Amino acid sequence: MSSPRPSIAEPRWVRFTLTAVALVFLGFFLALPLVAVFVEALAAGIPAYLDALADPEARSAIWLTVLVALIALPLNVAFGVAAAWAIARFEFRGKSALITLIDLPFAVSPVVAGLVFVLLFGSQGLFGAWLSAHDIRIIFAVPGIVLATLFVTFPFVARELIPLMQAQGREEEEAAVSLGASGWQMLWRVTLPNIKWGLLYGVILANARAMGEFGAVSVVSGHIRGETNTLPLHVEILYNEYNQVGAFAAASVLALLALVTLIAKTIVEWRMRRETAMLEASLSPEGGAASPAA
Amino acid sequence: MARNVLPGFRLGLGYTLLYLSLIVLLPLAALVFKSAELSAAQFWDIATGERALASLRVTFGSALIAALINAAFGLLTAWVLVRYTFPGKRFVDALVDLPFALPTAVAGITLATLYAGNGWIGRHLEPLGFKVAFTPVGIVVALTFISLPFVVRTLQPVIEDIEPEIEEAAAVLGASRWQTFRLVLLPAILPALITGFTLAFSRAIGEYGSVIFIAGNMPFISEITPLLIVAKLEQYDIVGATALAVVMLVISFALLLAVNALQWRMANRHSAAGARR
Repeated sequence: MSSPRPSIAEPRWVRFTLTAVALVFLGFFLALPLVAVFVEALAAGIPAYLDALADPEARSAIWLTVLVALIALPLNVAFGVAAAWAIARFEFRGKSALITLIDLPFAVSPVVAGLVFVLLFGSQGLFGAWLSAHDIRIIFAVPGIVLATLFVTFPFVARELIPLMQAQGREEEEAAVSLGASGWQMLWRVTLPNIKWGLLYGVILANARAMGEFGAVSVVSGHIRGETNTLPLHVEILYNEYNQVGAFAAASVLALLALVTLIAKTIVEWRMRRETAMLEASLSPEGGAASPAA
Repeated sequence: MARNVLPGFRLGLGYTLLYLSLIVLLPLAALVFKSAELSAAQFWDIATGERALASLRVTFGSALIAALINAAFGLLTAWVLVRYTFPGKRFVDALVDLPFALPTAVAGITLATLYAGNGWIGRHLEPLGFKVAFTPVGIVVALTFISLPFVVRTLQPVIEDIEPEIEEAAAVLGASRWQTFRLVLLPAILPALITGFTLAFSRAIGEYGSVIFIAGNMPFISEITPLLIVAKLEQYDIVGATALAVVMLVISFALLLAVNALQWRMANRHSAAGARR
């Protein structure tokens, strides 16, 4: 069977050239910017770098960024699980329209995502008069930043879970229920353990976006220093003040976050691939297609 | 198994619809509601004002060029990552997702610094007469960066799925490697290439954070539409900002539907693979 297959391989020099061109492209567009962030951040030496990060405004920006992610992620996880449960486990009319609507925030410009909350809650917005009468601030305050972040990270978890749960099928959950498990027992003991890697994957991606969002947050934040400045907005302010070291020091924290994201994502992808392979090995060749049709 | 015994359908769907309405649909409805304050003629005047049209030209022109660059180099990158082996390949593969993970503001200030006249790259380009930072070319660079992963990630699984037998058959029938690529492989991956291109294009149109630092932001020359929306908002021209946002929203929604249709066709074609031509 091991007939030689030289016919479908490119000549060595072609392979070499194509690889080289691809690597040069990725080197210029990806590797160089990544290196440049850290070189610029450390350009004035390590003490200046640490000073820039110890600045109270930088500290409060980091804290606000973490706070917003801590509020937004659990809400989007709860939504993602609920949406994936309804879509992957049940048949209903308008399902594909619902999936398209869930994807919608990915297609909307971040600036438009911020603008819509200004139109709702800004001083001239639909609820603006009511809010100011009750002395509630949403725009140019933390609630607005949370709302904008919720919007832009909305699809991440659901998008990851829907295809995963569709592929897994509902046999295990049906078995749990017919053995007398309550809905919540089934959720905690069967569903969530089965989707944990996909869930984590969605959370990793959503977190990177939540902590790094700029456009939407910039529109609703008002850039009040020490109050409504997230880390990406802090980067912008310092950069526009020609504080190159400060801007890149703050940017390097976000670049580190990006690196952690990439590493975590790669590990989770590896785990998911292993579990899929195990799942496929445990099923008969055509087993996956035999979902219980109504 | 006629009946679905699983619990939680009403709760799951109800919560989904409620949350979707509160976070996404109601806010977007506010946009449409606000723009209804304008008459059709007023709306048309804003959307086709000179500065707005110029910004749309800049936005769509640069997004198109960036998406084309990514279609070409993304195809190359996906091919190299799937078919060839080289040291550090897994690292390179993971790095492709950097634009998804790196905040756009960080990308913006870094690219602006790299391509400025005294930057690592700009220093070598400017003596040759190429100015990148603070020109429309800078916008293309930023958009190429942020939309880089789409084509690669859409193509990789499709290239992985190509059966070697098809290429072997072409070779046995006397096709050169280039002919095989052009006549056998390219048609097979073309739908995925178009999908990746559309995803990259649609992301690039709305981009704001990475562009504003490198663009120079000169009205009529290097001002993108999202920036013009922000500029109008800062001048308290909320109605003007809303009208432009509606234009952007309609275009984004059309692109989203196009991508969905493409992916649906791809999924269908997948089951009827080999039936083409």
